[in-house]
Amino acid sequence: MTGLVDDFLPALMDPDRPVPAGLQDGLGRPAGRRFNVYRNNVTVSLIDALMQGFPAVVKLLGAEYFAAIARVFVQDNPPQSRLMMHYGAGFPAFLETVPALARLGYVGDVARLELALRRSYHAADAEPLDPALLGAIAPDDLPATRFTLAPALMLIRSDWPIHAIWAFNMIPGSPAPQVQGQAQDVLITRPDFDPVAQPLPPGGSTFVAALIAGASLGTAHDAGLAETADFDPTTILGLLIAGGALTGLNTETTP
Amino acid sequence: MSTMIKSLAIAGAMATALAAHSTSAQAQATEKCFGVALAGENDCAAGPGTTCAGSSKVDYQGNAWKLVPAGTCVTMEKEGGRKGSLEALDRDLPA
Repeated sequence: MTGLVDDFLPALMDPDRPVPAGLQDGLGRPAGRRFNVYRNNVTVSLIDALMQGFPAVVKLLGAEYFAAIARVFVQDNPPQSRLMMHYGAGFPAFLETVPALARLGYVGDVARLELALRRSYHAADAEPLDPALLGAIAPDDLPATRFTLAPALMLIRSDWPIHAIWAFNMIPGSPAPQVQGQAQDVLITRPDFDPVAQPLPPGGSTFVAALIAGASLGTAHDAGLAETADFDPTTILGLLIAGGALTGLNTETTP
Repeated sequence: MSTMIKSLAIAGAMATALAAHSTSAQAQATEKCFGVALAGENDCAAGPGTTCAGSSKVDYQGNAWKLVPAGTCVTMEKEGGRKGSLEALDRDLPA
């Protein structure tokens, strides 16, 4: 039986392989046609899962072309978990290796944005800080303040205007992205039930990345200033507060 | 930047962000509204393998919802006299 077990997965993911020897239907006959139906269903359902998980990429490539590319990915990437909502974690990086997509350099990062939205949706709940507590921190204590951040907070950095590209495809009424659009880093928060993606101002992603890494507000502010001389944390603090992303704080100088 | 000026800059940013938050919190309240989304434009970010996987297949699908500003759902009127609902509807289900 080891032969059957060893042959089963490769044959399942590759329709050109023969039906594993020893596979029988309920009456002891070879299960050739039944196995073909089964493996076709497996591949088609995984392609469907990718189409549901990456709707903006589907719109960018067209459903037919997307399905053809997804089929190649599926063959080499059977699910690692039974939780289908997490399927396709390697798909963004895979898209960047497809030679035919080399001219669409942004596709991989748009896929990363969609994957991060899904992860944010399924991330654990966390009670946001009462804004009154934030307002009560003495100005002198603010630079040393560190935050605990919500698990649903995600940060995507990109060399492409990915938020504009994503929004144009997914949010009705969004303006068309500019051909020579600016690079956009994107912050994802989950204020209520659904994740919200917003582009960050210059220096914003460096500031948020520092906070995620456990840096104090003052250190994160310095990092933002080092990148952009006129860095202003107002907008980004507003996004974090409105997005319920700040869930705990520590004003002590030593962590 | 001196420590003093820096803490003032951060305090100013925090105060402004908090003030903006308290004035906008009310305006942003939303509710789930069934039966008003166009095909493929319902709000479900859960992804594959979930009960709201994929997108709505038909316009104004009764069991697909979209977030709308709170208080506006049931007064919405769509094509053919369809109204929005706070609960899932039996109409316009895909075959």
